[in-house]
Amino acid sequence: MFDFIVSKYNYWIYVILMMIGFYAMIGKRNLVKKIIGMNLFQTAIILFFVSTAAKRGGTLPIIEHGHDHGAHAIEAAAYINPLPHVLMLTAIVVMVSTLGVALAIVIAIYRRYNTLEEDEILRQRK
Amino acid sequence: MISQSPVLVVVIPLIFAFLTLLFGLWRKGLCYPITLVALSLSFLASLHTLNTVITSGTIHYYLGGWNPPWGIEYVVDHLSAFVLVIVSFIALLVAIYSKKSVEQELPEKIVYFYCLFLLQVTGFLGIVITGDMFNLYVFLEIASLAGYALIATGEDGAPFASFNYVIFGTIGACFYLLGVGYLYIVTGSLNIADLSQILPNLYHSKVVLVAFAFFLVGVSIKMALFPLHVWLPDAYTYAPSTVTALLAPLMTKVGAYVMIRIMFTVFEPYFSIELIPVTSILGWMAAGAIIFGAVMALAQTDLKRMLAYILVSEVGYITLGIGLANRNGLTGAILHILNDAFMMLALFLVVGAIMYRSGKREIPQLRYLHRKMPLTMAVFVIAALSVIGIPPTCGFFSKWYLILGAIDAGKWVFVAVLLISSLLNVILFFRVIESAYLEPVAEHSSGGSELAIAREESPLTMLIPILIAGAGIMSFGILSGKIISTIIQFAIPIGF
Repeated sequence: MFDFIVSKYNYWIYVILMMIGFYAMIGKRNLVKKIIGMNLFQTAIILFFVSTAAKRGGTLPIIEHGHDHGAHAIEAAAYINPLPHVLMLTAIVVMVSTLGVALAIVIAIYRRYNTLEEDEILRQRK
Repeated sequence: MISQSPVLVVVIPLIFAFLTLLFGLWRKGLCYPITLVALSLSFLASLHTLNTVITSGTIHYYLGGWNPPWGIEYVVDHLSAFVLVIVSFIALLVAIYSKKSVEQELPEKIVYFYCLFLLQVTGFLGIVITGDMFNLYVFLEIASLAGYALIATGEDGAPFASFNYVIFGTIGACFYLLGVGYLYIVTGSLNIADLSQILPNLYHSKVVLVAFAFFLVGVSIKMALFPLHVWLPDAYTYAPSTVTALLAPLMTKVGAYVMIRIMFTVFEPYFSIELIPVTSILGWMAAGAIIFGAVMALAQTDLKRMLAYILVSEVGYITLGIGLANRNGLTGAILHILNDAFMMLALFLVVGAIMYRSGKREIPQLRYLHRKMPLTMAVFVIAALSVIGIPPTCGFFSKWYLILGAIDAGKWVFVAVLLISSLLNVILFFRVIESAYLEPVAEHSSGGSELAIAREESPLTMLIPILIAGAGIMSFGILSGKIISTIIQFAIPIGF
């Protein structure tokens, strides 16, 4: 059991981070804390994807100019899969835009209600 | 050029979104015509694509010439061509409608509005046409981000409603992305066709089950399936009327499309129906949505908010068709994607026109509307009859197939739910029609002098889309047999 936790520690960290972020998005009453939770949640997903591609002692999947003329890069077991990293580059772009939109909306809310506490906003809206 | 039509459907609105921004900063008045040109071209391209699909079958388009499963592939079969045409046509109608409403509601933001509008449509079209799971995530986020921004431009409560939508929408999108990740771990592929080849051997793997659960929850949030609908009523009530008219018919329908794709194309029907009992759970959630949406709508006095709750209940209808998981049920669900898109379009366009003329939308304030706006209100009544499900409007036919599907499945509870919801809809719409058409008794008896009420029909750019939507509701009802025999019977996933 202990081995299972230690050998897959990156996945455990991903799950813990994701749950912290999820809690903050749902449970916290402050809008900026919710955004921070959202960012934690998304970052945890990046960690997950990058973990799936990680490999000890793997080489780069480049055939030309590679070590030994790319002899290692041809075997699937020997190289590190670059695709999850590339997917995460796109996902990072999406996450940054989400963060930007969320912050812009929070600024609009602050200008209108002069507070960032959800309870206070709900009280004013009644 | 013509053979490139699948990619043009998506690329044209995307490029024109940036052209709108450039030309708009130079001359504000150019935004509207540019948007119309872009959406007309995109609509023509999608019509051509549908025509090609009907005559010669599924189209595979390889972006940049990279073969799948390595490159991104666009796949247009009957189902996606059908939804493509619906999306591009409704987007075009809403764009025609937008002119006056945007000038009144968002006078300083016209340029950015049209830029976001086109990006939103790009997102919807991309979701429908793509054959790649990760590409679908990117388009889903393009559509959602444009939607958050558009909703936030609305009236007083809009930014707060939009913020809640951001939180929920991001949870949904992240769950979808996790689903993609889990599938990639076990299959090493992102291409939908490739996945459906590899997955059957892995159906008993726990990773695949987790991925499926993530997909379903994520998509359910995006399509506002009860009980994950909480973001929808606020967001669609406070958004500008044009934005609601674009988002309400399309976002939920595109979500339903993604759900059908994942359940029956990426996974086989055998997996979703027999291996894990997900369809029966969906059926019960849908029944809950139908009743809950209608009951909550009864409690509203704000017309737009009432329609938003009716939308929650309509999402339930489509999901019920998916949950029934037989041929009739799915025919009803796919037909309802078309019918409900037009019903919701007509209703929200009419509410926008009423708001434009009078600035009011509380149900008791609608008095004398049938004299002020006779044509607009006539379309409202047609759409209302269609939501209730009275023949020959199109709403009747999709409900008919859903009821047949429920009988085939032996689920009598669902038959009862469908009938009860029709009755609830009668009450709901009668309240509005009573307020708008019937005049107070007191004024009639005292003197009987007709109050002079000037006729204030909606402006022409609003009236034309409203009338087209009304005509659509009637003609899709009359032509529903033909639509089913030429398109929908081929759109039903293999295995039914």
